[in-house]
Amino acid sequence: MLNVKPTTGPHTTENLSIGGIMRQVIYALIPATLFGLYLFGWPAINLFLITIFSALFFEYFCLKLADKPALPALKDSSALLTAWLLAMSLPPWAPWWVGVIGAGLAIILGKQVYGGLGQNLFNPAMLARVALLISFPLELTTWANVAPWLSESAPDFKTGLHITFMGLDNIDSSTGATVLGYVKTELSQKHPLSASLADIYNSNNAWLGFMRGSLSETSAILLILGGGWLLFKKIITWHIPLSIIISVALISAVFHALNPEIYLSPSVHLSSGALMCAAFFIATDYVTSPNTPLGQLIFGSACGLLIFTIRTWGGYPEGAAFAILLMNALTPLIDHYVKPRIYGRDRQGRPLEL
Amino acid sequence: MISLMQSFRIRGGVHPDPKKTATTDLSIASDFPLPKKLYIPLQQHVGKPAEPVVRVGDYVYKGQLLAHSQGMISAPVHAPSSGVVTDIADYPAPHPSALPIRTVFMETDGKDAWQLLQTHTDPFALSAEEISLRVGAAGVVGMGGATFPAAVKLNLGRKNKISTLLINGGECEPYLTCDDRLMQESADGIIDGIRIMLHGMETPQAIVGIEDNKPAAFRAMKNAAADYRQIEVRQVPTHYPMGWDRQLIRYLTGKEVPADGRATDVGVLMHNVATAYAIHKAIRHNRPLVDRVVTIAGGAAGSPGNIWVPIGTLISELLDYCRVNRTRMARLVMGGPMMGDALPIAELPVVKATSGILALTQDEITRGSEQACIRCARCISACPAGLLPVDMANRIRSNQLESAVDIGLKDCISCGSCSYVCPSNIPLVHYFKYAAGELAARQQAQHKTEQTKKLIDERNKRIERIEKQKAEEAARELAAKVAKYTADQAEQVI
Repeated sequence: MLNVKPTTGPHTTENLSIGGIMRQVIYALIPATLFGLYLFGWPAINLFLITIFSALFFEYFCLKLADKPALPALKDSSALLTAWLLAMSLPPWAPWWVGVIGAGLAIILGKQVYGGLGQNLFNPAMLARVALLISFPLELTTWANVAPWLSESAPDFKTGLHITFMGLDNIDSSTGATVLGYVKTELSQKHPLSASLADIYNSNNAWLGFMRGSLSETSAILLILGGGWLLFKKIITWHIPLSIIISVALISAVFHALNPEIYLSPSVHLSSGALMCAAFFIATDYVTSPNTPLGQLIFGSACGLLIFTIRTWGGYPEGAAFAILLMNALTPLIDHYVKPRIYGRDRQGRPLEL
Repeated sequence: MISLMQSFRIRGGVHPDPKKTATTDLSIASDFPLPKKLYIPLQQHVGKPAEPVVRVGDYVYKGQLLAHSQGMISAPVHAPSSGVVTDIADYPAPHPSALPIRTVFMETDGKDAWQLLQTHTDPFALSAEEISLRVGAAGVVGMGGATFPAAVKLNLGRKNKISTLLINGGECEPYLTCDDRLMQESADGIIDGIRIMLHGMETPQAIVGIEDNKPAAFRAMKNAAADYRQIEVRQVPTHYPMGWDRQLIRYLTGKEVPADGRATDVGVLMHNVATAYAIHKAIRHNRPLVDRVVTIAGGAAGSPGNIWVPIGTLISELLDYCRVNRTRMARLVMGGPMMGDALPIAELPVVKATSGILALTQDEITRGSEQACIRCARCISACPAGLLPVDMANRIRSNQLESAVDIGLKDCISCGSCSYVCPSNIPLVHYFKYAAGELAARQQAQHKTEQTKKLIDERNKRIERIEKQKAEEAARELAAKVAKYTADQAEQVI
């Protein structure tokens, strides 16, 4: 149908490829990832590697099945990035099969059944995360205690293998709840926040990352740093991250002001859970977020509101994955209604009047 | 100094590597040896092709009329040098298709002898109508690449009571420096051309917009315009496609041209700096447009530069003159790398629209294979017209051309910003050009079908009418016969 032999311009292009973009995102994730791996040690490293290699295998397998060349697709690093984000969102000491099943869900159900890269409606990593949470609630809500590398409580290599492949023998001694989970349970028993929060939350540790959670929940500061890199490299724009952060901050500030014993402060909201990772790395996924700046602002603000709503009144302590998936479903609708204004025309597409 | 308000007026666009340093400091060369043969196409402008007035074997002087304009929108063509017309025949046009168009072949005699020029005239003693008549007779067309006959535009400007004449010194395409050099070296002539245009359109003021990556050109133009209060020289940000008339109009005046309108609807009109210079030469010196400055650049060019080139010179001769390494040249482009056309062969003539000849190496054009779209929306933020390139491409790919038009295909200016930024190497502009061509072809086919249907209808009606007439005649004859017979019978009875 179409002759794509370049006879007309442009004869030059920006030096940017899909793989280049994906790799920039991965570079931006490295500080937070390394910190998380340092914090949770060998079991976390095992799970991380298992998830990534499984994802690459499933990607290869699907492409072979579809009779498509596998190597170029693997080289674009999109499967690597999906697995990376998934691994960061899992409980760091989760058993090996969580990583394998999660990677399979993300690549097969989240991406390849839609037709591969660029075709999926939902963010593959978040789809897998939510599917795992619903299917295996126990494994997905068992949070390892912080046990930094070289500290006494850090598991050695052998213990690490044991945790990953044989499971945790003595769960209670090495695990606990996340801030948001703990607070939710306490609130359900009518305990005021001022009492319960003091037990578990320390603002400095939360922002720096010394607390229970998945790899992507620990250091808000390192995630912001990575996000800043992506903004600097113009891989993402400010619209989605800022609108999420601002909407969560605003609405939590309002409710916190109304009743500080029931509603968490903006600082707790912003420093805990998957918020920062979601804002900079997951909600900004090109494929599943709106195309226009205005659409992105709507998407981001709605994500923020949903995160706050689910955290505050929903059945789960953490809402980022659910919020993003819900908004992914609305992305085509947003793109349908929010379009740029064409030069010389009004928003309805009619020529401007003089 | 660029105010914040003004920077909001820039939408979309990209910042390609300017690559202008190779030629921006070199004076325009005027020692290019006169070619032995010239190939002068009779259509170097939008509108109808010119009609030849010379015959094979005629001797012509430089600047002598070779072909006169035809119809409302057209421009005459003049001899770029002196010599003999050897043939008037079809020759490939400098276009990706290299389809043949009617061309005057000339053998030059090396004398480069001008036809007797009229004596010097004072342009401001001429009437406005006389100015556009003379500009039209000199064959001046828009030199920025649009090649719209300048005289038609002047008339348009006069009729529409233009408040501001905009002069495009943007030159936002990478590599090209012909306008930059012209402004540096001939600012006085350009400013004079602008004054003549103002006089010819009865317009009070002009604004010259020059991208801020050409400080020398800006200074030269500013100095040249210092004595004329009605001409303002302004810097505009370096931003592709700042040369798009509507982008520059919005930036300089804050006005937006309606989609179905013309620049004149908002009281402005735009000309290129090189056009202003050509008008200056046409009116002050009675010199028709027979040569132009061409930038020859690109990685394969051994000695790139800007050259005064007679129209009709084969590009291959320019390549040799600039020591272009043919084996390193992976693509030959006429115009800039963003909107220019790739030429299949080098044996094609330079025309009035040839701003640049780029001999690009493989490194300069490297482009991977097309990959899946990841909806990164870079094309959307790059589009200066506010379109959704990726959506339009998807619709075209599934052959829904009308629905691509619904979301703005016809507002696309093919500037190439979207293709330039696409990390998936999707040739978006090619899709749009394909769709535009296909739609035009369909429309033509439809028109043809309707015409045929109309003709058949008319034929059927004609046949029907003739048969009806025949039947009526037969009936009349029969009636007459009957009447006669009855009369005869009656007579017999009596």
